Amino acid sequence: MSGALVSPDLFTLCKVLITGIMKIQSDAILAGAPVGSPVEPLRGLAYFLMEDWFLTFNAWMIAITIMVTWAAAIQLLTMMWIERKFYSRLQDRYGIMISIWSLPFWPFSWWAKRRNKPTHRGLGYLQNVADGVKLLQKENITPANADSAMFHTAPVLIASSTVMIFAALPFSEGFVIANMPMSLLFILAAFSLAPLGILIAGWASNNKYTLIGGMRAAAQLMAYEIPLLLAVVALLMYAGSLNVIDIVHKQEALLVMLGPIPIPAWNVFSIPQFIGFAVFLVAIMAEMERIPFDIPEAEAELVEGWLTEYSGMRFGLLFGFKWLRALAGSALVVILYLGGWSGPVFVTLTPAVGATVIPIPIIPHEVWFLLKVYLLFLLFVWVSWSVPRVRIDQILNIGWKRLIPLSLLAILLAAYLAALGPALGGIR
Amino acid sequence: MAEFWVNMGPQHPMTHGLWNMKVKIDGETITDAAPEIGYLHRGYEKIMEVREFQKNVVLTDRLCYVSSITWSHAYALACEKMMDITVPPRGQWIRVISLELQRIASHLMWLAAYGPDLGLLTGLLWALRERELFLDLIQLLSGARMNQNFPRIGGVRNDLPPDFDKYCAKITKHFREKLKEYHRLFHESKIFLMRTQGVGRISLADAINWGVTGPNLRACGLDVDLRRLEPYETYEEVDFEPQVWKGGDGGDSYARFMCRFNELEESCRIIEQAIKKVPSGAYRAKAPRRAEGEGFARTEDSRGEALFYVIGDGDDRPYRVKIRSPVFCTMAATPLMLRGNKMADVVSILGSVDVCVGEMDK
Amino acid sequence: MPHVSGTEEDLMKRLRERFPKAFTELGIPRPRVVRGVIDRKDLVEVCFYLKEELGYEHLSCITAVDWKDHFESVYHLYSYTTGTTAQLNAIIPHDDPKIDSLVKLWNAAHYHEREAWDLMGVVYEGNPKLERILLPKDFQYHPLRKDFPQETERQYISRRKLKTGGR
Repeated sequence: MSGALVSPDLFTLCKVLITGIMKIQSDAILAGAPVGSPVEPLRGLAYFLMEDWFLTFNAWMIAITIMVTWAAAIQLLTMMWIERKFYSRLQDRYGIMISIWSLPFWPFSWWAKRRNKPTHRGLGYLQNVADGVKLLQKENITPANADSAMFHTAPVLIASSTVMIFAALPFSEGFVIANMPMSLLFILAAFSLAPLGILIAGWASNNKYTLIGGMRAAAQLMAYEIPLLLAVVALLMYAGSLNVIDIVHKQEALLVMLGPIPIPAWNVFSIPQFIGFAVFLVAIMAEMERIPFDIPEAEAELVEGWLTEYSGMRFGLLFGFKWLRALAGSALVVILYLGGWSGPVFVTLTPAVGATVIPIPIIPHEVWFLLKVYLLFLLFVWVSWSVPRVRIDQILNIGWKRLIPLSLLAILLAAYLAALGPALGGIR
Repeated sequence: MAEFWVNMGPQHPMTHGLWNMKVKIDGETITDAAPEIGYLHRGYEKIMEVREFQKNVVLTDRLCYVSSITWSHAYALACEKMMDITVPPRGQWIRVISLELQRIASHLMWLAAYGPDLGLLTGLLWALRERELFLDLIQLLSGARMNQNFPRIGGVRNDLPPDFDKYCAKITKHFREKLKEYHRLFHESKIFLMRTQGVGRISLADAINWGVTGPNLRACGLDVDLRRLEPYETYEEVDFEPQVWKGGDGGDSYARFMCRFNELEESCRIIEQAIKKVPSGAYRAKAPRRAEGEGFARTEDSRGEALFYVIGDGDDRPYRVKIRSPVFCTMAATPLMLRGNKMADVVSILGSVDVCVGEMDK
Repeated sequence: MPHVSGTEEDLMKRLRERFPKAFTELGIPRPRVVRGVIDRKDLVEVCFYLKEELGYEHLSCITAVDWKDHFESVYHLYSYTTGTTAQLNAIIPHDDPKIDSLVKLWNAAHYHEREAWDLMGVVYEGNPKLERILLPKDFQYHPLRKDFPQETERQYISRRKLKTGGR
């Protein structure tokens, strides 16, 4: 197995980092203020800098900053870029193509003459940044008859609940802020907070379209949240733990050798969990509000659904956080069913230096994880740009009449196989 | 929840154009609907009374910008009947070709708009991609992509360009292959069938009574194609099959979709036959400047039955022109289709009847 | 179904027999078309006969024409079985522009009559909702009437005319 880039722990790394920085500062202060000098009281500051609670607090702050920057800025832009680029190719066009040369300034102009560089034949990664900047410049309009407090609370609620998911969502064993014992429960709870924000936004905007959109979100929530949780229940029969890191550790074993190819013991490769996987995929698509199930903001009949009255960056916040939820949803599927960050076996490089074996990550865990997440997200994008949108009564039918029986079947099978599987020759 | 009215329009993604569909909903179910039209009324019938016969073609082009040639042709046909002139055979064949090219372009525009109505943006871009090819053909023929000003009273404006038959054959062959892609995108999609089948049903008796015509009436199972019933130009000599819904129990969005969709291929067939049969000779007859009498022509427009009723009083301008727009009559019947369906079906139904506001409001 | 030959003569004969006095004019201007001129009081009766007994089930169009001394309301009826059009011109006096509505026979008449009233000011008695349809709700005139002024010369405005202000 390849190792993790962030090892052993994000928090420990930050603690080491902050301890080093504080140690240098503290030593400098101690050297500059010897005992007996007129600035001797400064030594108290030096001792304060090295106090444990102070270091821990700063380490937490840095860890959270790293995670938010990583997830909310870099991954959000990447997800949006992947989606826009991919569906453009599905639609037989190039998609976003703005290049870095179209920036109004370019710091390395001495290095590359920008005069003859193509401005619109690039990768288009910066297009989403440009869109964000444009939205920032736009006016924030509050409708005259809106419930102002609620209207302004809803985006905060949705955005903060989405970011909250990433407090417990690991990118590898170490790359996680809080490794809670029941982190899966926390993630699912944080996930289902957003429909409440949608309902608040729909009601507070005081508009018929947004009201219908909010009501649809509430009705839809009942249809997909229950099968989602039931599928997780089936999974817990196998995993035996609500900690996502434990769940991934369970999957890191070898299931069977298919000739020279090792098949890992991912949850998706077992009979009941595959049913659960199918249910979970459909339900998480509804959770992300992707196109076959994006009826709360069906733009054909409800203009923009519950988002109609929002403008400026408030709209950008709500709109952009859809992709962050998509990232969290894809990551959750990868963790629960596709083996998390565990990669294939053959990339381990373990040179022996002296007597100790140092595992060097050729492809680190985080990269494997992101690769899986992106590929799964491509599947979601592919599906959502090739099918029309379902109707509200149809999603209720799908949820109650198809997904819930299937997930109950998965629970039954999982319980049966968990109890009798080893006796029947190791059927999973 | 109490019932309340929701305005879907005049500025709304659902309205391809500018009209207001007021919908009374109870939760998600539509209990009543009332179309409100006239936002795009430009007074064409009055303006045409003060312009000379030939110059009115410019106006009729703009009745529906996606289907210009068919509308101008209907006007020219009515004027020809009033003036008692016949178009030379070559002119008639060129008209047939241009009409069918325009019909395909118009139907592709409808298909493109129907995709995003149901949340399928890919359909929009795919259909517009092929529409571009047919616009290229029309541009080759008439010099313009939109508002071609091509049919004239007594014939057409210009002859076929050289090698036009080769281009036509090439593009129709390409288009047939692309039709299979559309088939996979639309017909084989389970969700698409869920959204369209059994939605917005109207019975045949109601459809006739409310004056629904064209593909929307054929979707109810009645074989009425004016190209067959009242052949104008040289449609008698062309072998084609009017696209009628044969599955029984039609009249829903899916039947309307199928009728229009199959017409795409049927129009290809007509073009391929017509391009081989074009005789040599003149393509335009001299039309008199002044005319007296009355004449009306009904043609199979892309959206239904287009009727022009022209009266001349011996002057060089028409005394009265009446435009009968198929969409205008279909719009009267839409509350019938909408009632009892869900709110999301408004787009599915109104997309399938193919509304063009320009011709509806005149 | 394609056109059935001989329908026009048959239709004319039947109409003559059934309504010997109603038609002031009845003829076949061109193939597949029968044109009859009637007075407004006979309209509903003739239309009922055409629809219920002869199968002219499609009301294609209703046109109102202003002939300065009288109005005409022109009805194009179409039979899907025989492929023949019956055109009825109903004469309406200019000082009393009223005629019976056909909504009871065809629902399609509703919008056509509203439009004809909106633009021409012919009142269709019995129409359930005779109000503005194409023009704004507060519009006061019926613009398709011949006495509604329409600029004719300005249709051909030249650049020089624009510059000099028409002088």
